[in-house]
Amino acid sequence: MIGFRLTKRKPLPGWARIVIPIAAIVATLILSAIPILIAGGNLWKSYYYLFHGALGTRYNLLETFVKASPLLMTGLAVAFAFRAKFWNIGAEGQLLAGALTATALGVSLGGIPPMLVLPIIIVAGFLAGGLWAAIPALLKTKLKVDDVVSTLLLNYVMIHIMGALLFGPLQQPDSSWPRSSAIVEAANYPILLARSRFHLGIPLAFLAVLIIWFINKKTTFGYQSRAVGVNARAANFGGINTTKVILWTALISGGLAGLAGVGELCAIQRRLIMDISPGYGYSGIVIAMLGNLHPLGVLFSSLFFSVVIVGAQTMSRMTGVPTYIAEVIQGMALMVMLIFLLFTEYKLKRVRKK
Amino acid sequence: MSNNNQPVVRMSGITKRFLDITAGDNIDFSLFAGEICALLGENGAGKTTLMNILFGYYTCDEGQIFIKGKKVNLSAPKDAIARGVGMIRQHFALVSSQTVLENIIVGTGSGNGIFLDLKSARRDIVSLQERFGLQVDPDAKIWTLSVGEQQKVEILKALYREVDILIMDEPTAVLAPAETDELFKTLKILVKEGCSVVFISHKLNEVMDISDRIVVLRAGRVVAEKKTAETDARELANFMVGRELLDNFEKKHITAGRAVLTIENLSALNDKNLTALHDLNLVVRRNEILGMAGISGNGQRELAEILFGLREPTGGMVKINDAPLKFGSPTSAISLKMGRIPEDRMDTGLLMDLTVEENLILENHSTAGFHRYGLMNSKKIHRFSDELIAAYAIKTANRDAVTQSLSGGNLQKVMLARELAGRPALVVAAQPTRGLDVGAMEYIHQRILQERENGAGILLISEDLDEIFNLSDRIVVLYEGRIMGDVRCEDASREQVGLWMSGVQH
Repeated sequence: MIGFRLTKRKPLPGWARIVIPIAAIVATLILSAIPILIAGGNLWKSYYYLFHGALGTRYNLLETFVKASPLLMTGLAVAFAFRAKFWNIGAEGQLLAGALTATALGVSLGGIPPMLVLPIIIVAGFLAGGLWAAIPALLKTKLKVDDVVSTLLLNYVMIHIMGALLFGPLQQPDSSWPRSSAIVEAANYPILLARSRFHLGIPLAFLAVLIIWFINKKTTFGYQSRAVGVNARAANFGGINTTKVILWTALISGGLAGLAGVGELCAIQRRLIMDISPGYGYSGIVIAMLGNLHPLGVLFSSLFFSVVIVGAQTMSRMTGVPTYIAEVIQGMALMVMLIFLLFTEYKLKRVRKK
Repeated sequence: MSNNNQPVVRMSGITKRFLDITAGDNIDFSLFAGEICALLGENGAGKTTLMNILFGYYTCDEGQIFIKGKKVNLSAPKDAIARGVGMIRQHFALVSSQTVLENIIVGTGSGNGIFLDLKSARRDIVSLQERFGLQVDPDAKIWTLSVGEQQKVEILKALYREVDILIMDEPTAVLAPAETDELFKTLKILVKEGCSVVFISHKLNEVMDISDRIVVLRAGRVVAEKKTAETDARELANFMVGRELLDNFEKKHITAGRAVLTIENLSALNDKNLTALHDLNLVVRRNEILGMAGISGNGQRELAEILFGLREPTGGMVKINDAPLKFGSPTSAISLKMGRIPEDRMDTGLLMDLTVEENLILENHSTAGFHRYGLMNSKKIHRFSDELIAAYAIKTANRDAVTQSLSGGNLQKVMLARELAGRPALVVAAQPTRGLDVGAMEYIHQRILQERENGAGILLISEDLDEIFNLSDRIVVLYEGRIMGDVRCEDASREQVGLWMSGVQH
């Protein structure tokens, strides 16, 4: 009988880190042909409208960036946490914590100088997300509570806190819907390009990529979190305070997710509703994995995701292929990337069994 | 205990190689009906490998196996079990959330079709328990049982599968003394009821107590085969550790100075909450290498982990140059200038997925000079790591090569370079040359001797007696968490140290 076995391979050269994600995306598009064909779409027409719908006109291109902004923030949040092996599945809840804080401040900060309103909201939203992520980090470091479970479950806690507030103190007076009043004018993210929704949150997200790259690459903290990520036991042996590193990692990670929530609230919805996030926090996990946890990788994978999400609308309109195809492509991309990543570290070897 | 002429197991000319290591070299081994045969030897002598071959877990490269007179071809443990051979390993194969009964019958296919027949299985097990005196509640969950009781379950498991040739791999290693006595009683009943037992051990006293016959292995070969009644512990110790010629280094004579490491009344538990260190007292002085010999599992790991700041003792005190070591804090050990060479360098010592440079700066990255306002000072860091790579002749593509790509000897050089860079006052080296080739070993030895000349005190924990005798100024032997003996290297004999290692105090 012939069998196969995975064996470790030598580290790949540097160019592989660029080629592999691109190859993964190409492979994804090839594989995605299957569901598109099953849905009865014309393949070339479908792909044409997918990309045209996302990139073909000025408005659509800018919409793609609008969509990418929260995905980039949550993707970075997850990637930063995962690198230190803090398994933050809770970006969704941290995003909501940020949005909730922005709402509470946004409806009530009418009386202070308008210049101060947005900075206060941004800082508070960051802190809210960060502190919400610090809870599972504390549980993990002090009580060895599994972070996958605690971060995930805290998402639901936050959803229900939000629901309680939207049916309670934050509910718009005279409304029977679970929604807040609109935030004050000064709390809106400025629109940076006319005739579009291209808002402040987009350059902020790009700035976050740079900052995270800088932290990872240049700072002592980045080094420490890398060390904790690859081997916490050895990092501790070498004198690194692993508890501190994980707490700070959680704070920054949750803060980024919180900023995604602030952006969605202050730029897009401008009032809190229950569906403020269509699962950006969960998409962030996929985006982080697809980007191989590297900030630049996350940048590209979030752009790819928003192209697919935005383009799928047009594709659906023009060819009748349902928009759900966007989620199929996203899922496919992750599977392909994970398989590709597996083969960067291992190779398949044929073995003959007796 | 009669020795019939026909052995129940005969293994002849067994050879087994793992890549370039020969674990078994033309071994002949026989087990006779109704006897307890002890397989004695140091760690790595090939005892477990040989028995894994008899159990069908490994296949041998050369040689033949006869069980009850028939030539057999064992390709999996189930082939061995079908012929009545069972093996109980040091780490039990029990499902802790299930009951004794469930664990015993698992995989035996008792019952009809998809339904278990627990009733008749229970009847069989109870009758086995009565016959062999193995009292364990069949309905108890495994996790509620003591280690000794779990071992009984393992024995019952074997008996339920109609095993009459039982291999026990260091069965006493995990047991408390009272449990050991009980195990020995059980073994005596087993042979009276017609079983034959192979008892793997490196403890001389136990072997002398329980066995009828003793086979000694060293470095994959049988070096002696004796009736227990016709030998003694001293002779066995000699067989076990061998008498090899020492190739002495040029070791300068330096008189040891004041104490750099003082251990007072140190007690600790191991991961299984059994006593690992018992009221240990020890002093290491400046310019002195204290060699700590002993078979691993006698408290060395726990002692090293306490000194490294990875484990908290249950009592006692450790001082380095009169300053107390804060337990459970690697930072304390680092700031007291302890150079630490851990036994598992790939797991505890090094960050295998990071670069060589990132490993070299691990303990220094947050010290002044290497960073400013939290930003890494890469120029200084590069200079520091390039210097160390050159000084220790670390063979690596460059400082940015991933550490995983280095060979074992070079990994240990990275470890040494980092730990010795701060001019340590004390070096604690646990098994520093385990798994290294001769060249790398020699290099490490030279470095250790150099640290001694530089004025450091060195605690060298090693299983390798050649290493201990070559490097040490003084030798202590750790056995079951206690110091069995303490002797100056010039006055030490291998025989004496070998006896101490096996727990014989004379």
